[in-house]
Amino acid sequence: MIEIDKKADVVIIGGGVNGCSLAYQLAKKGKKVVLCERNYLCSGATGRCGAGIRQQWSTKENAELSIKSIKIFEGLEKELGSEIGLRQGGYLIIVHDKKDMIQAEKNVKMEKELGLEVSILKPEQITNVVPILDIKGMNAIGATFCPTDGHVDPFKTTHAYAKAAEKQGAKLYKFTSVIDIKTKNKKIDSVITDKGKIKTNIVINAAGAWSKQIAEKINVKLPNKPFRKEILVTERVRPVFRAMVISFKDGIYFSQQEEGQILGGIPIPNERPGYLTNPTFDFLSHMSKTLTRYAPILKYVNVIRQWTGYYDVTPDARPILGEVEELKGFIQCNGFSGHGFMLSPMVTKILTEYIADGKSSDILERLNINRFKGKKIVHETSVVG
Amino acid sequence: MSDMTLICRCEDLTEEEIEQAIDEGYTTLEELKCRLRLGMGPCQGRSCLNLVRRILCRKTNKSTEEITMPPSRPPVVPVSLGTLASDDK
Repeated sequence: MIEIDKKADVVIIGGGVNGCSLAYQLAKKGKKVVLCERNYLCSGATGRCGAGIRQQWSTKENAELSIKSIKIFEGLEKELGSEIGLRQGGYLIIVHDKKDMIQAEKNVKMEKELGLEVSILKPEQITNVVPILDIKGMNAIGATFCPTDGHVDPFKTTHAYAKAAEKQGAKLYKFTSVIDIKTKNKKIDSVITDKGKIKTNIVINAAGAWSKQIAEKINVKLPNKPFRKEILVTERVRPVFRAMVISFKDGIYFSQQEEGQILGGIPIPNERPGYLTNPTFDFLSHMSKTLTRYAPILKYVNVIRQWTGYYDVTPDARPILGEVEELKGFIQCNGFSGHGFMLSPMVTKILTEYIADGKSSDILERLNINRFKGKKIVHETSVVG
Repeated sequence: MSDMTLICRCEDLTEEEIEQAIDEGYTTLEELKCRLRLGMGPCQGRSCLNLVRRILCRKTNKSTEEITMPPSRPPVVPVSLGTLASDDK
């Protein structure tokens, strides 16, 4: 059996994109990093996600985080020395009614103030972006479009981070479970894994939908709930569009990948939280009905695979970041509510600066878990899937 | 077999490419899937996954029982979106 490191500056729990990015950045800053992943790297939400990256949101925090994240994605291949599969074909957000349009206008105004190139399209302009869409079928009265949104390959990105992290001296242990976390005088003391004990003062909880269970080991309560999400992919067909098409009202998202396959998801009506992994026919039926209403020509295209993953959902659909007040050294990096992959570059940068340099930031404070303590929460409404 | 032996026909992967990925540390079928798109084409791994399982046994000194097959994903055969969208039983 592999002998695990006995001491570390930081132990990261979770080998998704956020865990691997943190491992890379912290190791680069000279920290001795150990990452524990219960399964293989990107076996959770990262490797199951829709792979979209967008900057169009209703809350300023998410818009800011994602605008800066895309800037980082743009330079990431060069920094890590491996391919990440970035493709910026834009996000087309369909607007269905007047109420939707008021929110869309508000979002676009806020995004423009942050310097984002984004515009509101008239119905007849929609098919200039994605020719196969049916304006009537979608009940569209307009759309918003941001050309620098797009797609990144989650497998390639996570593996690129992992490889770069190891080069910087980080130790990544896959197929390694965290059994317990020990504390001493309200501080982190050590992490017990199935491969041995690691002495450390800092633990980062980046375990996605299982973050709540990790926190429970040391009596920290997270408000996160796991929701099963389903997704499908078709056979490869000739590339005809590059944008991701989404609708907050219908909950649908779909895009065509570089190689030609159409990939997308939609929430199943009345889904309850819980750790369910089986794919359902309800999803397949609901998704194909909605997708062929949006783009009728797709009725001839074959579905080859459907699978599930989890959203780690918080009460306001925004991530939980930073240190827990009552337990020094216990850092949260979870609750992404379906947006962990696209926000990862900036989120992990902020957390690295906090851990390695002691530098806090406004956004880190606003996304701390203590925002749920008796205050009014601001909900992110721009959510699909 | 030569280095040009094709193992995954849908995703166009040769034995050499698969062995190289195993050498890089991707030592389970799930990891090879993520790394190479092995078995993710229209046939869903019908022919290649068993072949790669044997390559993995040879390279990692494990028995076939020790190599876990990835979960099968529906549908069993490709089905058109039009068929799935219709309510005809």
